[in-house]
Amino acid sequence: MRIELEKRAKVSTLFSVLSPFIAFLLTIVFGGIMFALLGKNPVAALYSFFVEPLSEVWSLHELAIKAAPLIMIGVGLSVCFRSNNWNIGAEGQFIMGAIAGSILPVVFYDWQSPLVLPLMMLMGMLGGALFAAIPAFLKAHMNTNEILTSLMLVYVAQLFLDWLVRGPWRNPGGMNFPETRTFAVDAILPEMIASGRTHWGFAFAIIAAVLVWFMMRYTLKGFEISVLGQSERAGRFAGFSSRRMIWFSMLLSGAFAGLAGISEVSGAIQQLRPVISPGYGFTAIIVAFLGRLNPLGIVAAGLVLALTYLGGEAAQLSIGVSEKVTRVFQGLLLFFVLSCDTLIHYRIKLVFERLAATSTEGSR
Amino acid sequence: MQEGGRGSAEGKEGSVPVEGVAANGHLLAVSNLTKLFGSFAACNGIDLQIEQGEIHALLGENGAGKSTLVKMLFGVLAPTAGEILWQGQSVRIANPAAARKLGIGMVFQHFSLFEALTVAENIALSMDANISLAKVAEEASRLSHAYGLPLDPKAHVADLSVGERQRIEIVRALLQNPRLIILDEPTSVLTPQEADRLFETLYKLKAEGRSVLYISHRLEEVQRICDRATVLRHGKVTGACDPKAETPSSLARMMVGSDVAVVTAEGTSAKGQVQLEARHLTVPARTPFAVSLKNICLKVHAGEVLAIAGVAGNGQGELFDALSGEYPIADENAVQIRQRPVGSRNINARRLMGAGFVPEERHGHAAVSALPLSDNLVLARSRSDAKAFLGGGFLKIIRRDAVASATQRISEAMDVRKSGEDPPAGSLSGGNLQKFIVGRELDRQPSVLVVNQPTWGVDAGAASRIRQALVDLAKAGSAVLVISQDLDEIFEVATEIAVISDGRLSDPYPAKELSREKIGLLMGGMYGKTEGTEAAHAH
Repeated sequence: MRIELEKRAKVSTLFSVLSPFIAFLLTIVFGGIMFALLGKNPVAALYSFFVEPLSEVWSLHELAIKAAPLIMIGVGLSVCFRSNNWNIGAEGQFIMGAIAGSILPVVFYDWQSPLVLPLMMLMGMLGGALFAAIPAFLKAHMNTNEILTSLMLVYVAQLFLDWLVRGPWRNPGGMNFPETRTFAVDAILPEMIASGRTHWGFAFAIIAAVLVWFMMRYTLKGFEISVLGQSERAGRFAGFSSRRMIWFSMLLSGAFAGLAGISEVSGAIQQLRPVISPGYGFTAIIVAFLGRLNPLGIVAAGLVLALTYLGGEAAQLSIGVSEKVTRVFQGLLLFFVLSCDTLIHYRIKLVFERLAATSTEGSR
Repeated sequence: MQEGGRGSAEGKEGSVPVEGVAANGHLLAVSNLTKLFGSFAACNGIDLQIEQGEIHALLGENGAGKSTLVKMLFGVLAPTAGEILWQGQSVRIANPAAARKLGIGMVFQHFSLFEALTVAENIALSMDANISLAKVAEEASRLSHAYGLPLDPKAHVADLSVGERQRIEIVRALLQNPRLIILDEPTSVLTPQEADRLFETLYKLKAEGRSVLYISHRLEEVQRICDRATVLRHGKVTGACDPKAETPSSLARMMVGSDVAVVTAEGTSAKGQVQLEARHLTVPARTPFAVSLKNICLKVHAGEVLAIAGVAGNGQGELFDALSGEYPIADENAVQIRQRPVGSRNINARRLMGAGFVPEERHGHAAVSALPLSDNLVLARSRSDAKAFLGGGFLKIIRRDAVASATQRISEAMDVRKSGEDPPAGSLSGGNLQKFIVGRELDRQPSVLVVNQPTWGVDAGAASRIRQALVDLAKAGSAVLVISQDLDEIFEVATEIAVISDGRLSDPYPAKELSREKIGLLMGGMYGKTEGTEAAHAH
């Protein structure tokens, strides 16, 4: 017996729309089973994981803070993925953006000016884009696989940040803790609303999502992205260059990841530490797919994934399970999104081989 | 490998009788065979009988259900309903191995060969049992000589012509000692001379008492070699006849269901200036399996249709790439459009100079299947019609209203039948999509049009419409270059004919002065005979 995937003649529009919701539901069901196996009451555990974080104003702000980088990075990645460029290294671009943007507040901490913040944001974007330029160059001109190169560069970025905050950038007045000096007021991304901590990074993410949505929906550039993603040959016929698209999509997603990085550091952490991201760059891949690579869908998906971070923290406190359940939920969600999508396009067929029976019957 | 092990284990108990046919006399009889894909009946109640020792034609247009029918006979598809009788006994053919076991061999239209392996290695891969390579090579070369299919077992497939590759497939089928051999459009890739050689082989097979099911849409060869014919249309049998007793037009009527409009090329237009020219165009092969272009010279004047004949895989695609600018070349002067050098210019620069292009492959080259027709219009014309289709300055916002009305205009002009206002390109039939793709260029009234295989896999009605449009475009004063494998098509549309072979182009000849035999010789390679190239492969 073997299992075959048979392409469906028609793809159901209804289920294409429902797919993320079905995936989310399945994640909750299996998460509940997991909690039950851990000896917890599944209903209470799921409540504290998914509902409690939404019940208070301060935690809604936390949700927005966590969603901001996810949405920002996810939107950039959607352009990459739609054009068939598989940038898996957004985590590294996020870190490099944060480092490049932190040059002003860490190295030139004396300089105080209203220009500091905009410059930091620009340098953050530049840092992320330049770091993404490495796999872009390697793919466009050396024909290397961008999945591997971009992924491996994540570790380079992580270790570079680690070295910086322990070495040259360590806060001289910081009791030898591996941290940079804290940013001056001019270098801190202000809060958006009076009621809580949400900083302008969330607004950047929403603006980015709307801009990319507009580009994909209405402009020739968006058309170029989807044509090259579906058929490079047809793109060439249209006069579009797949090499230029590698550069465009990688630099764009790198810049977005970099902006997310510096916004996070400037708005939420306000200094550099050895670890500045709980894996936003990787989680954003799930966000991009859960949002069907549609920028507006990504906004919703970013909020859902942000909830898994908060839920993990909440669950750790209230029911005493490891915060690693966050990763479990994220993994489950990605798994179910991808399998729902697969089943929408393909039908599973079990093939029982009765070769022997058939051919002897035939010649008897 | 799994399949192989099982096949050999069975060989002992379930051996197929080599001689003798059941009482009713049919080798293979099919009754009421039906295959549904969803609600669509690809085959609808097919009845067919094949006798021992006959060459039986299966005629029909593209999409008539021929391939579906033979895939059921060969165990690739399972029938929805109906019965297959093999030598009078009902059989269920679960997979190709079971079909081979019964004694059915098949040569597919698209070969499944590994280009980097040798002939013998390719054959060994498909064998059911584990036999040594030397033995396979020996047996293959014995068979190939017995049936007049010369093959060098040590040659690498990548070095072989399409005709030679087909021989590998045929030898592979013959090694199974089949009673019935199914050939799917075998001559579509052959020169007339190669086809003649294939027919010799078929006669030999017939003389041995084997049967051949010969699938084709070429009436002339069916009349020439087949004893009986079954005609399919829209998944149903529309006629069973002796093809020798029919006329080509009566066969065509059975196939198409009505008379097909004849393309008229009357009323010669005056030759104008040279609009498209290649000067000593030489392009090295881009990939190991591509063909390099060697010193190609051609001129297409306004008002002229230059047709380039040739067997598939002799540089047609590469020539198209160089002329269209999809792969620009360094030598600026090697390609000239309207007497201006464009060698290094890209496809859109050439479009802006008044050229239009129709590539061979519809899906994924000329069109993106999942995108709607209107998007596929933008695909070819975003640059050349930027004024009409784009707005919003540097934002380049696509003007959907303008694109939609142009899509409508093209669909009406070319009679494109589609479901809904703006369906995905992939939902159109081959003929309708091709009409749209050609219409998309004609709508611009290009002064130069380069078309590769304009009616490949297109139904007869659409084909005649497209050909007529090409002739009319030339009459209106444009220069048209048609690259085609279909000689009938070439003679219908061309004013001049040249032949491409192994990346070299022959001199052009006026269409009226060129015979099919002459074209066949040119196709076979004017730089040395077939024997010569074969000797070169024996290394």
